[in-house]
Amino acid sequence: MERQSPLFSVFIHASALLLAVVILAPVAWLLIMSISPAADLSAKPLAWWPSDIDLSRYRTLLSAVENSAGAAFIASLLNSIKVAGMATLAAVVVAVPAAWAVSRTPAVAWSLYAVIATYMLPPVALAVPLYMGLAYFGLLNSVFGLALVYLTILAPFTTWLLKSGFDSIPREIESAAMIDGARLDQILRILTLPLAAPVMATSALFAFLLAWDEFFYALLFTSDQRAKTLTVAIADLAGGRVSDYGLIATAGVLAALPPVLIGLIMQRALISGLTSGGVKG
Amino acid sequence: MTGTWISTRAWLLMLPLLVVMTAVIGWPLVDTVRLSFTDAKLVGTEGGFVGTANYIKMLGGSNFQRALVTTTWFAVISVAAEMVLGVLAALLLNQQFRGRTALRALMILPWALPTVVNATLWRLIYNPEYGALNAALTQLGLLDSYRSWLGEPGTALAALIVADCWKNFPLVALIALAALQAVPRDITAASLVDGAGPFNRFRFVIMPYLAGPLLVALVLRTIEAFKVFDIIWVMTRGGPANSTRTLSILVYQEAFSFQRAGSGASLALIVTLLVTILAAAYAALLRKAAGAS
Repeated sequence: MERQSPLFSVFIHASALLLAVVILAPVAWLLIMSISPAADLSAKPLAWWPSDIDLSRYRTLLSAVENSAGAAFIASLLNSIKVAGMATLAAVVVAVPAAWAVSRTPAVAWSLYAVIATYMLPPVALAVPLYMGLAYFGLLNSVFGLALVYLTILAPFTTWLLKSGFDSIPREIESAAMIDGARLDQILRILTLPLAAPVMATSALFAFLLAWDEFFYALLFTSDQRAKTLTVAIADLAGGRVSDYGLIATAGVLAALPPVLIGLIMQRALISGLTSGGVKG
Repeated sequence: MTGTWISTRAWLLMLPLLVVMTAVIGWPLVDTVRLSFTDAKLVGTEGGFVGTANYIKMLGGSNFQRALVTTTWFAVISVAAEMVLGVLAALLLNQQFRGRTALRALMILPWALPTVVNATLWRLIYNPEYGALNAALTQLGLLDSYRSWLGEPGTALAALIVADCWKNFPLVALIALAALQAVPRDITAASLVDGAGPFNRFRFVIMPYLAGPLLVALVLRTIEAFKVFDIIWVMTRGGPANSTRTLSILVYQEAFSFQRAGSGASLALIVTLLVTILAAAYAALLRKAAGAS
């Protein structure tokens, strides 16, 4: 450890405080807006601290009274869960065998790079035919159609994460079992997949977050409560004529809650996941 | 077991993924190419072959050229700012101070916030009548009267860039921090003994460890920034006076708002080509960097 002069120490602490304020202030303001009485938010000068804690917006958005703002919000919340859930499940199902095969067979690794290269494609390059295709099969404005489209993002991403996960499981374990006479399906079921369970869980969570965050395809391919996801519902609120900004903020808080909680709980896995690609380079 | 069987088995296991990728990526991409040579409408008209007319019209139009400039500004400035702020934050988080662990955990917050929620949050902050930015600046005496940050062509793009940076610099910081922690302690100690100043220490001792991961972050962030749609759509929809209309927004308008599938597809492919060139240039850079170290 190098010696720190008092001046340097003051500088470090001041910078840390500044960084904390920069990160926290916008998020804190979102929370404050969601619990401030509407009058506080339109007051001049602006009331930075709520005069009274008002939780009514959370009740409004989470109560399923028919034809209310709450019903629409809950419908979009459920749609987001359904779409992200189905897309994640499908992505993991196709990605696990492919990732294992690529990990154990270097000769076919080039195909993985072809799959990863699709990450570069802007979604606009696929959007028009996808729109026409979904229309043809009657899958516009459907959670199934949207989940299918999300595979364009989730399948390559999950395969890539799982491949590096399988790489970290020594193949010697598998060859030893093979010499002992185990069949491939037994090896995978009893050895490899249980060992890969944590990686599979992390990959699935990442994929779910990615689908939860998606906006472009959802905006294009959904039109009402039957399939609209949370991101579209929030963009509608933000762009519409809602006079209570606190309500928009509340919807934002509720939509951000699952990913933020997952992010904070999974910190360690998250950081190693974010950096493994970078560090290996 | 023979090699042929092993690679046949590998292909069989990859089959489900390849089928899915062909259906949702391969086919749409090929069909976009086909559409780009037709005058098809989004709904109704199949469209006839028009050769390269769409490309000529789109490339020559002032809309495309302006959107290209706007996209480049957005990508260059926001990614550059994210890199600088990210490295500075990482250098800070690599120091010893009380609350370091908590601050590091906080860095997850902007990253975890959904893009649309981030855009909505900043839209509220920039609100011309009740926004927190106007209130804070006037109460501090830095601003005479409230301004419409997203409503004036002069400030809208800058306001968007700030919102994008806030969400993305913490990610760069976390990647850079992980790289910094890989720098062996004895090397930094030795450089201190040898009398290296802070700048030389950063340039010659720390930078070699940082360069690789940062370059990868730079590549990914630039490609993302070049494709930007969500944050702009939610905050300004490309306005005011098209001052924040990036390429993706332009494609959306052409193909979906005006329902011109043919010319929209040609524009989308031009954007795809630009992203590919960008990625290829970066890939060459990465290989060179890997060869050098």
